[in-house]
Amino acid sequence: MSDVRYTNQHEWVRIDGDEATIGITRYAAEQLGDVVFVEVPEPGRSLGAGGEAAVVESVKAASEVYAPITGEVTASNAALADDPAKVNADPEGDGWFFKLKIANRDELAKLMTGDQYAEFVKGL
Amino acid sequence: MASTEPELRETPLHALHVELGAKMVPFAGYDMPVQYPSGILKEHLHTRAGAGLFDVSHMGQAFLSADDPARALESVTAADVSGLKEGMQRYGLLLNERGTIKDDFMFSRLAGERDLYVVVNAGTKDGDFGYIAEKLRGAAMLTPRPDRALLALQGPKAGAVLERHAPGIDQLTFMKVVRTTVAGAPAIVSRSGYTGEDGFEISLEGTDAERVARVLIGEPEVLPIGLGARDSLRLEAGLCLYGHDIDEATDPVEADLVWSIGKRRKMEKDFPGAEKIMDRVFNGTARKRIGIRPEGRAPAREGTEIASKDGRIIGRVTSGGFGPSLNAPIAMGYVETAFATDGTEIDLIVRGKALPARIAPMPFVPHRYKRASTLHT
Repeated sequence: MSDVRYTNQHEWVRIDGDEATIGITRYAAEQLGDVVFVEVPEPGRSLGAGGEAAVVESVKAASEVYAPITGEVTASNAALADDPAKVNADPEGDGWFFKLKIANRDELAKLMTGDQYAEFVKGL
Repeated sequence: MASTEPELRETPLHALHVELGAKMVPFAGYDMPVQYPSGILKEHLHTRAGAGLFDVSHMGQAFLSADDPARALESVTAADVSGLKEGMQRYGLLLNERGTIKDDFMFSRLAGERDLYVVVNAGTKDGDFGYIAEKLRGAAMLTPRPDRALLALQGPKAGAVLERHAPGIDQLTFMKVVRTTVAGAPAIVSRSGYTGEDGFEISLEGTDAERVARVLIGEPEVLPIGLGARDSLRLEAGLCLYGHDIDEATDPVEADLVWSIGKRRKMEKDFPGAEKIMDRVFNGTARKRIGIRPEGRAPAREGTEIASKDGRIIGRVTSGGFGPSLNAPIAMGYVETAFATDGTEIDLIVRGKALPARIAPMPFVPHRYKRASTLHT
């Protein structure tokens, strides 16, 4: 089973060996409302933890998606360009944004567990 | 932190919005529904296909009394107020002495009544009412009516729906206004709105508003619609949002709103800033309000810089987002007049990148008003 971690910026990070898949949480998708545009990073791009990685826009507003950890982009979800509504329909599945090759496993320890994130959201 | 924030005002429908599951946000000093559970996209598309009910009770309603209220109102607007026939509503600009736009508003002459009924924007109403009261001191008396509610029922099914609760109302044509009853409640109903669709604005006693709103959303064609969809609908309709597309730094000529200046008013030049405005009518302006269609999918938001193809900044987006009926991004803004022709290729500077776009005619979605001239008699 893969391990899923969360950030306080409402991103989820699914860890499978050396690779991490990243998207926005259901809570984030609900807060944004109907997503109408997504821009994902090109494969090959190097991202630093906390750096701007992607853009997600609803009818109302644009939001940045930050790289939760450092790494090189290995894949991005091109399907979101034509069907950004996937982010609302299945934010933690088909609505994934991009995959990274994990550069520094120590950074994973700073991310929240599912239980911690649930507590965090409850406090908002 | 919350304790230092000014307390938000509530409309008479506040409890109903909360009951319907609306997401409430601060807007113009009011706690208002930005969307209901169906979401902005569905609410927008539903308004274009069926009918949507909007709470716009935050807007400023008032009555203007005087021996000749039309003449008095003409001292703060360039619209032809005196020429407005009984039972008609009209759009006007509230102007200052510099000839720039203090607000935009609607005014009505109700049949058999001397007072004029006016509706100004929510965010500017206190300033507007103060300005009008001061300019018209001695000539007229303005009575704000914060006790009244204002509902908008908009969309192609609005006529059929309202007819059930106000028999005969569907005979009203665009920009006509009557006193009637809606579901038994006394109301001022105009055939107008802010979506580009056919529809009505319904002014009610605040105490009747929730009951009437429940009756209307109880109709199968009607969904409650929040401010989010109200904004995307008006942008597709090419209608200005005060404080964004027009403000005290814009004049009616560059804003492309000269049509709202009465012919007689142009001749008589007796409105605030008339010399400056008429000079611009004849000599042109440095910039012009225009519509923009980005070529890609990325929306260009308010504040986005507009560049010529050779990279010079030639303007700025004043309203921008996504047009659900077009399934594409749209924007409104100002550019140097030389670039204002429809079809002109430009770039929008979004997150540091130049994204190709074109100047486009507005409205982006055709208006579907029920005009008198299109009716069979």
